[in-house]
Amino acid sequence: MRNKETKRRQKNALLAAPCSLWMIAFIIIPLLMIVYYGLTKREDGSLTLENLKLIADPINRRALWLSLKLSIISTIVCVLLAYPLGLMLRGLKIKSNSFIVLVFMLPMWMNFLLRTLAWLNILENNGILNTILKTLRLPTLHIINTPTAIILGMVYNFLPFMILPIYNTLEKIDENVINAARDLGANGLQTFFKIIFPLSIPGVISGITMVFVPSLTTFVISNILGGSKVLLIGNVIEQQFQKLNNWNSGSGLSLVLMVFILLSMAFVGQDENTGRGAATW
Amino acid sequence: MEQKKLIDLVHITKRYGNNVVIDDLNLYIRENEFLTLLGPSGCGKTTTLRIIGGFETPDEGKVIFDGKDITKLPPNERHLNTVFQKYALFTHMTIAENIAFGLKIKKKSKQYIKDKIKYALKLVNLDGYENRMPDSLSGGQQQRIAIARAIVNEPKVLLLDEPLGALDLKLRQDMQYELIRLKNELGITFVYVTHDQEEALTMSDTIMVMNQGYIQQIGTPEDIYNEPENAFVADFIGESNILDAVMIKDYTVRILGVDFPCDSAGFGINKPVDVVIRPEDIDLVAPEEGTISGQVTSLIFKGVHYEMEVLAGGYEWLVHSTDLSAVGTNVGIRVDPYDIQVMNKPESKDEEAANYEE
Amino acid sequence: MVKRISQRIYIALIIIFLYAPILVLIVLSFNKSKSRSKWGGFTFDWYKRLFQNENILNALYTTLLIALLSALFATILGTTLAIALNHMRRLPKAVLSSIANIPMLNAEIVTGISMMLLFIAIDFKLGFSSVLIAHITFNIPYVLLSVAPKLRQTNHSTYEAALDLGAKPLYAFFKVIFPDIFPGILSGFLMAFTMSLDDFVISHFTRGAEVQTLSTKIYTETRKGIKPEMYALSTLMFVSVLILLILINHRSAHAEKEKTIK
Repeated sequence: MRNKETKRRQKNALLAAPCSLWMIAFIIIPLLMIVYYGLTKREDGSLTLENLKLIADPINRRALWLSLKLSIISTIVCVLLAYPLGLMLRGLKIKSNSFIVLVFMLPMWMNFLLRTLAWLNILENNGILNTILKTLRLPTLHIINTPTAIILGMVYNFLPFMILPIYNTLEKIDENVINAARDLGANGLQTFFKIIFPLSIPGVISGITMVFVPSLTTFVISNILGGSKVLLIGNVIEQQFQKLNNWNSGSGLSLVLMVFILLSMAFVGQDENTGRGAATW
Repeated sequence: MEQKKLIDLVHITKRYGNNVVIDDLNLYIRENEFLTLLGPSGCGKTTTLRIIGGFETPDEGKVIFDGKDITKLPPNERHLNTVFQKYALFTHMTIAENIAFGLKIKKKSKQYIKDKIKYALKLVNLDGYENRMPDSLSGGQQQRIAIARAIVNEPKVLLLDEPLGALDLKLRQDMQYELIRLKNELGITFVYVTHDQEEALTMSDTIMVMNQGYIQQIGTPEDIYNEPENAFVADFIGESNILDAVMIKDYTVRILGVDFPCDSAGFGINKPVDVVIRPEDIDLVAPEEGTISGQVTSLIFKGVHYEMEVLAGGYEWLVHSTDLSAVGTNVGIRVDPYDIQVMNKPESKDEEAANYEE
Repeated sequence: MVKRISQRIYIALIIIFLYAPILVLIVLSFNKSKSRSKWGGFTFDWYKRLFQNENILNALYTTLLIALLSALFATILGTTLAIALNHMRRLPKAVLSSIANIPMLNAEIVTGISMMLLFIAIDFKLGFSSVLIAHITFNIPYVLLSVAPKLRQTNHSTYEAALDLGAKPLYAFFKVIFPDIFPGILSGFLMAFTMSLDDFVISHFTRGAEVQTLSTKIYTETRKGIKPEMYALSTLMFVSVLILLILINHRSAHAEKEKTIK
C-alpha cells in the first residue's frame, strides 16, 4: 500500500518535471540574472548598491513618481468607469455572459500598438475630437503629448481587464442573496454597501492588479501618446537596455520596480487565483 | 375556532411577456396557519410566494396584509420574512452577523441583538456557532441559520421557498419535524412552497395545489388525499389508479365496462367521468368474489407493503397490500364504494390545466 | 424609465470608447492618402498591396507561427503541470503555481528583460527560437488558469472506476479525464494564442535584429509613419475574428436552444 503511494508520487513528480524545469530555466534563472546584474558593477562585476541608488537620480525619481501617479489615477478611473458598468450589465440579465466577455475582449484582437496609435488621430490638435468640438463651436482641447493623453491610453488599454473581473463577480451574486437583504429590511443603499459591494471585492482587487501593474510599467503608451515629452519609469528602463546598453543600471531599476509591484500586491491583498486574466474568461 | 384572515390575495394575475404565470388567483391565509403551496415546477407557486414577499409585483390584483394594501410596498417595508431556496446566506459574514443583519438595520441595541442571536441559535439547535462562516456549515445547518436569520425579526408570517429541496432524504424528514416544532413554538403563520407532496401532507394545516397558474384544490391534507377534486390532484398527490369511467346513474359507475357501486351522486345519467382509486384501497380476493378479475403481473416488496400490478379489464391496476399474491395468480379486485372517488372530466379552461403530463 | 435609458447610454458610451480607435483604423485602411491625418478619398489599394508586401506578410507569418507553436507547447506543458498539481501536497503545489504565475503578475518589461539577459548570457542567439521560448513561458499561466478549475471539478472516482474496469492509466486518462477537461484546455489554448498574438513588449526584448513580428514591425514604424497596408491587414484580422466569434456564438446559442427544447 505504502509502496503504491510512493510510486504514485513518483509518477506525479515525473509529470510535473518538464514544466517545472522549464519554469526554473525561463522564469527563476532570468529573474536571478536581473538580481545579479542589478547588484553588480558594470566594470568589474563587484557587488554594489549603486544601480539601486540610481532611482534617487532626479530624472529617474521624477519618472517613477509620475508613473505611480498616472497609474494610480488610471486605476481609479478604471474602477469608477467599470463598477457602474458591471452593475448595469448585471441588471441586463443577459443569459450568456460569454457575449459580454466577447464584446469587451474583441478589441484586443486588433493590435494594441495600432489601437493606441489611432488615439493619436483622435486626440491630435487637428484630430477627430477637436474637429468635432470645432463644428460644435466648443473650445478645442490640447491633450496629445500630455500626461492626460497617457492616462487616457492606459484607461483605454486596460479598462477591459477591470470590467470583466468586476462584472464576473457581480454577475455571480445570487439574486436571492440580494432579495434576502431586502427581505430583512435593508433599503437599496444598505443592500449595496453591506452585501453587493463586499461580495464584489475579489473582482475589484483582481481588476486593480490587472490595471495597475501594466500601467505602472508601460513604456509603449507613453512613447506613442506622450511624444518624447513624458518619461515614465518604463521608458527609463527600456532606454537603459535598448539605447545605453547598460544592463546593470537597467536591472537595478527593474529591481526597484519589482519592489513596487510586490508592495502594490501586498497592499491589495493578492491571493492565489485573482491574477491577471483569472476572472476574465 | 375561526381564525382571522392575515393575508388576502385578491384577483392576482402575473405575466412574463405573453406567458401567464398566475391567472386571477384568489387566496386567503389565516393567522397561525401552516399553508403549503404545492405543485410541479413552473406551476406558479414560487411566483405566488414572491408576490407575497414583495419580490414581484402582480400585473393585476391586490395583496392585503393585516387589512392594509401592501401590493406596491417594497420587501424591506413588509412585516414578513423569507427563507430562500438554497438559503441565500451572506457568505462574507459570520453566522452571528447573518442573524444580526435585520436587527442591525432596525437599529436594535447591542444587548438585544446578542440575546436574540443566542435565542435563535438555541431554537434551531446550533448554539455556539456564532463565529463560524456559512461555508463551513453543512446544508442542513445552513438551512437552520437561514431560518434563524428570518425569525429573529419576529415576522408575523414566515415564507419558505422549497427550503428543504437541497437536503438529503433523512435530513429532510428531520427538518420537517423541526419546522412543525418551530411553528408551534413561535405561533406564527408559515407559507411554505414545495413540489414534494409528502412534505406537504406531513406539515400543513392547509394545502393549496397549483398547476399552470391555477388553483386546483385547497383543503386539509386529508381532503386533498382522500377526495381529490380532479385527476391532476389525484395524480400529483400520492400514487393512484386514475381511470376513464361513465357514471351510469347515481351510486353506480362503469369502469372498464364493469359496474361498480359507489357513494357518489348528482353527476347525471351516462356522464363520462374520471375515477380515482388509491392502491391501498383495493382488496385482492378470489377471482369469483371480485367486481372485476385479472392476473398479477408484477410484485415488489416495499417494506411496509407489497406493490403489485394486476392486469384486469385491459388496465394495469396498481395495488398496495400487506398480503402477498404471487405473479401469475388469478385474483379478483374489490373496492369499497366510498373508496371510489368520482370526478368531473375537465371541461372549463380552469380544469384543462389539470391535463398534467409527466 | 429615465434610469434605464441613461444606463443604456452609459453602456453605449463605454463601448464607443473601446471601439472608436478600431473604427479609425478601419477607415484609415480605405484612405487613399498615405498620411494618417488626411483623408484622400476611398480606395482598396492597400488591400491589394498588402498581398505584395513581403515584409508585412513575413511578419504576419512569424507572428502566427509563434502564436500557434507557443500556444501548443504552453498547452502541453501547462496541462501536464495542472494534472500533477492536482495530486500534489499543499506546499509544493503552492510553490509551483506561484512560480508559474510570475510572468502573468510581473511587469512585462521585467519578464522581457530578464529573458533577454538569460539568452545573451548563455550565448543563445536572439531570434525566432528565443521569442518562441519567451512566449511559451508567459503563456503557461493562462493555460494553468483555464485547466486547473476544470480538473478540480472532474470526478476522480470515474477515473478510478475506469482503472477498476481494467483500463490502463493512460487509456483511462484519455477516455475519462481528458473529455472532461477538454473545454478548459481549449480555452487555455485560445487564450495563450491571443496573448501571444497581442504581445509586443516581450517580443521587443527577445527578438534580436532579424525577426519581426507584426507588433515589433509596427513599433519600428511608429516614428516614420505606419504603412497603410498594416491598417488593411489588421482590419482583415479583426473582421475575420469577429465573423468567427459570431459564428461560434450563434452555433452555441443554437445548441443551447435545442437543449432547452428537449
